[in-house]
Amino acid sequence: MTIGTAPPPDVTVPVAAPPEPRRRPAVPPPGLVLSWLLVLLVVAWAVFPGLFTAHGPYAGDPALSFAPPSWEHPFGADQLGRDLFSRAVHGAGTTLTATLVAVLVAFGAGTVIGLAAGYAGGALDTTVMRVVDVLLSIPSLLLAMVIVSVLGYSTYNVALAVGIASIASFARVMRAETIRVTHTDYVEAAHGLGVSRWGVVAGHVLPNALGPVLALAALEFGTAVIAVASLGFLGYGAPPPEPEWGLLVAEGRDFVALYPWISLLPGTVLALVVIATHRISTSLRPNR
Amino acid sequence: MSTPAAAPLLRVDGLTVTYTTGRHRTATAVQEAGVTVEAGEFVTVVGESGSGKTTLIHGALGLLPANARITAGTIAFSGVDVTRWSEKRLAGVRGNYVGYVPQDPGTSLNPVKRVGVQVFEAVQLNTPPSARLSRTEQAGRARESLRRAGLTDVDRVYDQYPHELSGGMKQRVLIAIALAGEPKLLVADEPTSALDVTVQKVILDHLAGLRRELGLGILLVTHDLGIAVDRSDRVVVMEQGRVAEQGPVERIVRRPRSAYTARLLAAAPARHVGRLLPADVGANPGAVPEVPDGTAVEVRGVTKTYRVGHGERRAELRALDGVDLTVRRGRTHAIVGESGAGKSTLARILVGTVRPDGGEVRLHGRDLLALSAKQWRELRRDLQFVYQNPYSSLDPRFTVRRLVGEPLRAFGAGRRERADRVGEILARVGLGREFLDRTPARLSGGQRQRVAIARALALEPEVLVLDEAVSALDVSVQAQILQLLVDLQARLGLTYVFITHDLGVVRLVADDVTVMRAGAVVESGPVQRVFAEPAHDYTRRLLAAVPGERIGQEVA
Repeated sequence: MTIGTAPPPDVTVPVAAPPEPRRRPAVPPPGLVLSWLLVLLVVAWAVFPGLFTAHGPYAGDPALSFAPPSWEHPFGADQLGRDLFSRAVHGAGTTLTATLVAVLVAFGAGTVIGLAAGYAGGALDTTVMRVVDVLLSIPSLLLAMVIVSVLGYSTYNVALAVGIASIASFARVMRAETIRVTHTDYVEAAHGLGVSRWGVVAGHVLPNALGPVLALAALEFGTAVIAVASLGFLGYGAPPPEPEWGLLVAEGRDFVALYPWISLLPGTVLALVVIATHRISTSLRPNR
Repeated sequence: MSTPAAAPLLRVDGLTVTYTTGRHRTATAVQEAGVTVEAGEFVTVVGESGSGKTTLIHGALGLLPANARITAGTIAFSGVDVTRWSEKRLAGVRGNYVGYVPQDPGTSLNPVKRVGVQVFEAVQLNTPPSARLSRTEQAGRARESLRRAGLTDVDRVYDQYPHELSGGMKQRVLIAIALAGEPKLLVADEPTSALDVTVQKVILDHLAGLRRELGLGILLVTHDLGIAVDRSDRVVVMEQGRVAEQGPVERIVRRPRSAYTARLLAAAPARHVGRLLPADVGANPGAVPEVPDGTAVEVRGVTKTYRVGHGERRAELRALDGVDLTVRRGRTHAIVGESGAGKSTLARILVGTVRPDGGEVRLHGRDLLALSAKQWRELRRDLQFVYQNPYSSLDPRFTVRRLVGEPLRAFGAGRRERADRVGEILARVGLGREFLDRTPARLSGGQRQRVAIARALALEPEVLVLDEAVSALDVSVQAQILQLLVDLQARLGLTYVFITHDLGVVRLVADDVTVMRAGAVVESGPVQRVFAEPAHDYTRRLLAAVPGERIGQEVA
């Protein structure tokens, strides 16, 4: 039977008022504002590290060895007396560039693969998507480690590896969207109007399928930061004197009990950046 | 409930319903509207989309969604004011005082429960515990209710799932559920809009029968003025949330008091006896445009079979079975039939989106099935297609300028040439330059269909295949688009293949008609001959089912 959910017709009726419909606030939530500020700050670190710290990332001062956090050295210093804040600031460039490259590789390749598979269908679709399924079944960090081992240890190979390891999820989403859009009337109409196959794909299918994939890219950014830093921590990335975030955490791990800030403060920056990008990506996701 | 003798079953007065659409934003869907249903009376609320007819009914039955609010007015059942009743109390009245038949039989039944169980639940909900009916007795009542809803093979239907039933049978099950509580008033919201005409006729006949036998009051909501006039004692015409006018059918049809009702009546296909004339000819009869002779499209023995299901359940579905069709040049050839007749498959074969299994398709003598992909693309200049739903056939990201310019660009027109042509073509379909930079989201349904037609005309084709091109539109908009098509045909010498399920529309625009049923051609010939002396029994039944008979009669 049909059971309605009518509101009381009049406010005088002693019945609980219906729940207010959810409203979209005019002012963005403070968490989102903070997230954007943090991400912008870290990007600024990456672009102009000199503006944020007077100390060099490599210059060690034996007198400062294991110095605790202070106004002069907000993150303290490591065993060689290097200023950790400066190293974190200079490390932003390495880590963020690697992350960006990783996401671009995954997004670019995943979109092309998903588009081709979804639009062409048939044997190509079946073959490609089975490979994608296999890739999805392997933990992506493990896969990235295997790829770096093959390519050789360096920050860019780490970026490439993390990117390749997440192609599969992009390809899956893009394929699903492509199939949805390909079956719409307007795509069929475009074919009927005499628009070339390539014109239909570039003009109708791609722009209409891209939305959810872009949202995934934003989400993937946070995941990629962790993946890049993890590989750096394990020693697959930049070689030691380089100030890479994962490496910074790794360098402090022998002293965690006595001098916790060496690992903890760069690790906190890393964690905050990941949380902030996740928060931003959820706000970008289309409301469906 | 005490029932004063003279009080009507349902009386709604000055009802105003507002929706909360955003923060501090409200929209009034119904404003000071009223409707009354006496015992044994058949009342119809008629209006176009957005007129608030469904909201009015939902408001009267307490079925409004959570973001809607009744801000003024009274609702009385048999003289008892229920306006301020709580949701729970109203629910107690729905079912055994007023039965509600929802709009879409396809989605209103629970797909995982047997049909009988769903009717049984309705019986259970509506028998008071004091009646002490056993389960068997309740099941008996459920069967009785199904029988009363007009289902013949009740014992079989009782144990079936909704997907095993046809649309018409599902609608009957919904009626059975509404009847389960033995209500005095039956409210039906567009109960037949999703059904074929012949099924629609049977369902409406049955509703009328229920009124006669059980003395039910019936309140019907529909967008089809023809149904309203044919079936009811009184009609309430709604326009933009207000009651434009109400009164007995005869009076409304003969002397409509509101201009809106007069416009609706004028737009009803049944009002027109012959074919629509082009606007510039209508003013100057006798100057009928010359039509070139010859055959535009010829179809011989076309067959198409779809394979459905997998493995054990694999079956073949014969969509088209040896279909012949001859479309004269410069004329409109209508293809009519109910759902599953294969008319859309035929249309798609004509424009090359579906390949037939066998047969022959010729356009101006050229064999279309022998064409390469490249030749097909070239052929687009001669043959274009207009879709049923202008809401899905236009890319939502494109502006009107890009939409109409797209085929021109595909065939190599430069930027300046495109700009000139797009403006010209839009003017031809009655749209000004101010529409150039709008996206489909900012157009009304009629404007969208105009854009779709403009796009199809951009390459100056000779043949236009229109697949239910006016079915998704309101009557008054439909009338405008039909007039536009007739005008364009006169001016450009176009040939139309006009696919539709609506025989009323056929009479308005078509010269020839082909009636299809279950993938085969039943009958074909000039519209006047087929409509006046149908040779086939099925054609006769189709014609008899078209609503709006009384609208036509009152004029003649």
